Amino acid sequence: MECKYQLNNGCMRISMPKEVDHHCAEQLRKEADLLIGAYHVRRLIFDFAGTEFMDSSGIGVLIGRCKNMGYSGGEVSAEHLSERIQKIFVVSGLHKMIRVESDAQEEPN
Amino acid sequence: MKNEMQVEFDAKSVNEGFARVTVAAFLTQLDPTLDEIADVKTAVSEAVTNAIIHGYEGGEGKVCVSCRLNGNQAVITVEDEGVGMEDVKKAMEPFYTTKPELERSGMGFAFMEAFMDEMQVESASGIGTKVIMTKKIGAKEEKDRDGCGDSAH
Ligand SMILES: Nc1ncnc2c1ncn2[C@@H]1O[C@H](COP(=O)(O)OP(=O)(O)O)[C@@H](O)[C@H]1O
Ligand SMILES: [Mg+2]
Repeated sequence: MECKYQLNNGCMRISMPKEVDHHCAEQLRKEADLLIGAYHVRRLIFDFAGTEFMDSSGIGVLIGRCKNMGYSGGEVSAEHLSERIQKIFVVSGLHKMIRVESDAQEEPN
Repeated sequence: MKNEMQVEFDAKSVNEGFARVTVAAFLTQLDPTLDEIADVKTAVSEAVTNAIIHGYEGGEGKVCVSCRLNGNQAVITVEDEGVGMEDVKKAMEPFYTTKPELERSGMGFAFMEAFMDEMQVESASGIGTKVIMTKKIGAKEEKDRDGCGDSAH
């Protein structure tokens, strides 16, 4: 599983794997929680730029991290969702729990 | 046209990707849209994951996946001989999960329902579970054909 973590000043960006399923969920959860605790992460960003597949096991991981961050007053957001991942967010209702940064092009003034 | 395939594999999480890709590859003969392929992959992944973590509870066992094509309809079954369910109706309620400690979202059945046309679950306690899902493939082609009207032969 290819998953990278970038830390910067209490903010952690997780580059999500190509396929977010039950098979990678456990490792993702463990690594993320370890880093969130060790570096006192206040802001968590899930970056889906490289993700082509996600099922409900992935939803479980996101909700779990959301809850943990919520207890400590942190912020969670998701970025670079493909159309497919966006659909998964909407069907699961995740878009109401996590702020989704839209990729929409900036309107010219 | 009728065509059928069947695969059996160990209940290991590493096989979840194998299962969904295999079904998707078999379906390409119906010329599916990318969306249809993605829908089927998600549904297969849900059913296979359930067989592994709920049916066999992480232990050993075999999962059997089959796909039958009947015209432009695909019928996919995912079967395990695991613990089974006492109350299927309850299990299918959104957000219901018996494994919250594993951070399960309880949305597996809801996903299968959302992404397939039909879904049916047969389960018996101590015997196993069979999930049967159907989806019509090639909606794109139909639209194209309609658009053509009765053009020259
Ligand atoms: N193959 C199966 N064998 C036994 N129990 C199952 C099976 N599939 C689903 N279940 C039961 O149905 C519940 C709901 O399944 P699902 O909607 O996929 O949610 P989740 O997998 O997140 O728990 C599971 O928690 C489990 O109790
Ligand atoms: Mg499930």
